[in-house]
Amino acid sequence: MIADYIPRLRHAAFAIWARNMLVWRKMIGSSVVINLGEPLLYLVAFGYGLGMFIGGQMDMPYLTFLASGTLAASAMNTAGFEALFGVFTRMVPQKSYDAMLASPLEIPDILAGEILWCATKAAIHGAGILLVAAALGAVADWRALWVLPILFLAGLTFAATALVVTARAGSYASFSYYTTLVMTPLMLLSGVFYPISTLPPLLQEIVHWLPLVHAVELVRPLVAGLPLNNVTLHLAVLIAYGIVGYLVAVRLVRTRLSI
Amino acid sequence: MQPVVDIRGLTKRFGEREVLRGLDLAVPAGVCFGVLGPNGAGKTTTLRALLGLSPGTSGEVHVFGLPIPAEGRAVRARCGVVPQADNLDPDFTVIENLRVYARYFGLTGAPVEERIRELLGFVELSDRADAPIATLSGGMKRRLTIARALINRPELIILDEPTTGLDPQVRRMIWARLRALRDQGRTLLLTTHYMDEAERLCDELVIVDNGTVLERGSPRELIRKHVEAEVLEVRGAPERARAVLAGVSDARIEELGDTHYCYTRDARALLATLEQHRELTFLHRPANLEDVFLKLTGHELRD
Repeated sequence: MIADYIPRLRHAAFAIWARNMLVWRKMIGSSVVINLGEPLLYLVAFGYGLGMFIGGQMDMPYLTFLASGTLAASAMNTAGFEALFGVFTRMVPQKSYDAMLASPLEIPDILAGEILWCATKAAIHGAGILLVAAALGAVADWRALWVLPILFLAGLTFAATALVVTARAGSYASFSYYTTLVMTPLMLLSGVFYPISTLPPLLQEIVHWLPLVHAVELVRPLVAGLPLNNVTLHLAVLIAYGIVGYLVAVRLVRTRLSI
Repeated sequence: MQPVVDIRGLTKRFGEREVLRGLDLAVPAGVCFGVLGPNGAGKTTTLRALLGLSPGTSGEVHVFGLPIPAEGRAVRARCGVVPQADNLDPDFTVIENLRVYARYFGLTGAPVEERIRELLGFVELSDRADAPIATLSGGMKRRLTIARALINRPELIILDEPTTGLDPQVRRMIWARLRALRDQGRTLLLTTHYMDEAERLCDELVIVDNGTVLERGSPRELIRKHVEAEVLEVRGAPERARAVLAGVSDARIEELGDTHYCYTRDARALLATLEQHRELTFLHRPANLEDVFLKLTGHELRD
């Protein structure tokens, strides 16, 4: 029944979100350094260094191209890693889910709260990259702030899909299959570092069925100050992956914990 | 009066293995009720089923008159749970653990802060409010887990082996607190395999094994019904003990390892005999719940 999958938000999913936010705030110092330091390094090294060779071959500076791709990829990585390692830690070794389930919370509430948190973290991380990119002159105008809700949505999508893996994982070792065989290829093939039009046609076709390219194609024009295309399609793909991932994850976690 | 917990004919099957086989349990309001049984008897499974965390294969469960698992959420809002394994949140301090857990019940703000202060006093952790979980001893962790279970002022408190692995001081302190909670009119449901704990704490109890209830009553009733009043534990070379005890007629004798357990209504004759055989050592004690437990569930090891 579909009602068994609908989370309650107030006093339920948001309680989980608030729990994770509180942990994050306790470690805000190191988070800020990592959030700003890492993109600064990448954008300077590749944007300037590599951009020198590529410069002028596109409708935007390579630094802008790379910054926008990095923004989308970081939403996948931030939300994905939190949904893999963070959620697994709480669910299995820390047994936090057992404590949560002894309260009125149910599995859909908890997983919805986790996904909302992963997406929040993706948006915060994205804000850091956007700040660095703006400081380096890679951002066209204020319209780029629309990137943040897009990154939040992409965060929901990639958290929900990663949760499917977490729900079945026996140990942390299981995650290397997902990171190596899914996340890394997605990042390398979805137009983060170079335009996908340079890929063979079949590969382009495949990549368009996958979610990351749609996040990239929403983020890039917003950062570069260019017109957006196919907004509905891009949003629909991200939402569809998110909903299916969430439903499967709830079902799998239920079989795992309700025995 | 309607029982707080009412379980009828509960069965639970994990694949081929049948863990609960038609278990019946009625827990009246305002008592401390014990569920005793060897490892694997189905104690934890029963607790999980009545909270709606792991529905039974068949049977009926009502808590506060509400059907489980359908009303699990509403029931859990009125319950406090102390699990077997500590699952405090290691990312937080003592006080943050209580604050975060209160939010899972939809409780926030000033009344919660007041409640937390009260509970930290109740379990004597007021001076550790800001300590990280990793710095607490086992006893402190268990006391904090009990405080956490009380955050929502539960009517029913469920404790799964609440004092396993704790030192005698902490056990006694926890027993006193649990009795205080019962005296406030709350219902306590606890599992244990410490018979002394059950004897001191429980007004009423059931002994379960192989997923079904073997016996029910107050500790005193059960002892009177199932075992003779006095017990002599005789130790020494088994052949010697067997020879000496062979002549004893008014005692029921069980041999287990190097010990003969002699159950009798009147130990005087037996004591006189043993005084003459100094090669055997013995312990004379009143019968207790452990004797009942072993009689009903047998002596073989469980894992």
